Amino acid sequence: MSTRHTRALTGWGIANLVVVLYALFPVWWIVALSFKDPSTLSDGDFVPRTWTWTNYRGIFQTSEFTRALVNSIGIAVIATTIAVVLGTMAAYAVARLRFPGKRLLIGVSLLIAMFPPISLVSPLFNIERVLGLFDTWAGLIIPYMTFSLPLAIYTLSAFFREIPWDLEKAAKVDGATPWQAFRLVIAPLAAPGVFTTGILVFIFCWNDFLFAISLTSTISARTVPAAIAFFTGSSQFEQPTGSIAAAAVIITIPIVVFVLLFQRRIVAGLTAGAVKG
Amino acid sequence: MTPPTGARDAAAPAPAVHTPAGRSRGARQERRLGLLLCAPAVIVMLAVTAYPIGYALYLSLQRYDLRFPEQAHWVGLANYGAVLTSNFWWQALGVTVLITAVSVAVELVLGLALALVMHRAVFGRGTVRTAVLVPYGIVTVVAAYSWQYAWTPGTGYLAALLPEGSAPLTEQWPAIGLIILAEVWKTTPFMALLLLAGLALVPDETVRAAMVDGATFGQRLRLVILPLMKPAILVALLFRTLDAFRIFDNIYVLTGGSNGTGSVSILGYDNLFTALNLGIGSAISVLIFGCVALIALVFVKLFGAATPGAEPEHR
Repeated sequence: MSTRHTRALTGWGIANLVVVLYALFPVWWIVALSFKDPSTLSDGDFVPRTWTWTNYRGIFQTSEFTRALVNSIGIAVIATTIAVVLGTMAAYAVARLRFPGKRLLIGVSLLIAMFPPISLVSPLFNIERVLGLFDTWAGLIIPYMTFSLPLAIYTLSAFFREIPWDLEKAAKVDGATPWQAFRLVIAPLAAPGVFTTGILVFIFCWNDFLFAISLTSTISARTVPAAIAFFTGSSQFEQPTGSIAAAAVIITIPIVVFVLLFQRRIVAGLTAGAVKG
Repeated sequence: MTPPTGARDAAAPAPAVHTPAGRSRGARQERRLGLLLCAPAVIVMLAVTAYPIGYALYLSLQRYDLRFPEQAHWVGLANYGAVLTSNFWWQALGVTVLITAVSVAVELVLGLALALVMHRAVFGRGTVRTAVLVPYGIVTVVAAYSWQYAWTPGTGYLAALLPEGSAPLTEQWPAIGLIILAEVWKTTPFMALLLLAGLALVPDETVRAAMVDGATFGQRLRLVILPLMKPAILVALLFRTLDAFRIFDNIYVLTGGSNGTGSVSILGYDNLFTALNLGIGSAISVLIFGCVALIALVFVKLFGAATPGAEPEHR
């Protein structure tokens, strides 16, 4: 191997290392904080002197956090399911069928993808109070699925365009019924795209903060990001730093798991909708 | 399969689908199915955005204090007058525009560098991609708390590096800088991924041809790669500009909008939930919506950003 080649390789290696450090640096700090003993929380050490589970035990003993975790999971899963089902229907039509108003649909979803959520907070706050949806799961599921629909439609229609639909016809020629053709040929081809879209939509719902603090008032629908912002220390003289850090780490875990398992697909999904256009 | 029976089937000519009448029936069915499949998504999207924004417009023309709901009455454009003559609005707008412009510009440069690294990475590609997706996926509030603690004297390792007694998050300019830093950290990966996809569309032969002709790396980037990536860059810029303009989570956690660091979204939130003024809050909502529409219009008309998905109709 020539020295020039080695040097280039080292250069790219260092660049990679810088990128990895850049991405993980702040994450490490919140992890470190969450494992610190309450007495050493404010020592500013980059690595905890003693590791402890105290903060985690603390938050799992309060319904403030456990209830919020249940809310977060339930709301995100339901909103994701509805958005993916409606998105799949629309994306199939966009990718495969010829019909008037296709441009309108794409235009509307683009508008909504750009819609500033704060503009909806004041009217939705009032509408939901009147309808009795304020501070309920449905009150958050509705805006979440709406704002994730454009994402779902774009990503899914990009995936669906890649599917060789002629296989369906071929299966029918070979004697498969329409249902068999769908179940055995098309569904397995479409599943990865639907699954990836589900992950992206879930991350979107999981991440939301503005709607979560505006459209809830008690633990009955407050999700974890909102609950964290309302954490109080166990006494009024104690800062809730440890609890916040521990709760923050807990809600980061699913994201890290998704990213580790499905990074290739997530990248494909993120870029498919935006660039294929 | 049951064999076709009945007079209708027998009477119909075998290649029925190929006659003009048959094709148009097929097309009509296709059209019906298409509209039917899109209807639920469109209805949901319109019901949850178009109706509320109309309602916000209506609310913004009233004096409506949530503490005295029975005293709500029509005031015309008075709320807009109050917002547009208030220093708070212009201050928040200035801060928002500044944060948007600086963070998007920095993200573009960093994102491009990151995309080039990921594009050229010979080994560890998976690791880099995984690492880069962490900031994208992480809950913004979580990242914001990490930054907030890091920069707060007492809990922070970064604050410890600063001279004694400085608390950057309590001063306007340092705080804005840190908000931008948090925003850039979180969203550069997304920008980089969009640019990476654009970079993949640049043909290798073209770049190699420029190399053979003796173009330096800078020349190749400026004269060959970037022009070919223009559509991808514009889409990425449009998305990120509109996204940055809506900034809320980072500011809420890092400074709460104090010391002149609040964005327009923070201002709208405060007027609604701290001042409980639905009329003024709605007027701010409508104004923000107007700003976003204006930005989108400028991008599409002036720069000719292709709207994603608006591809020529083909199958």
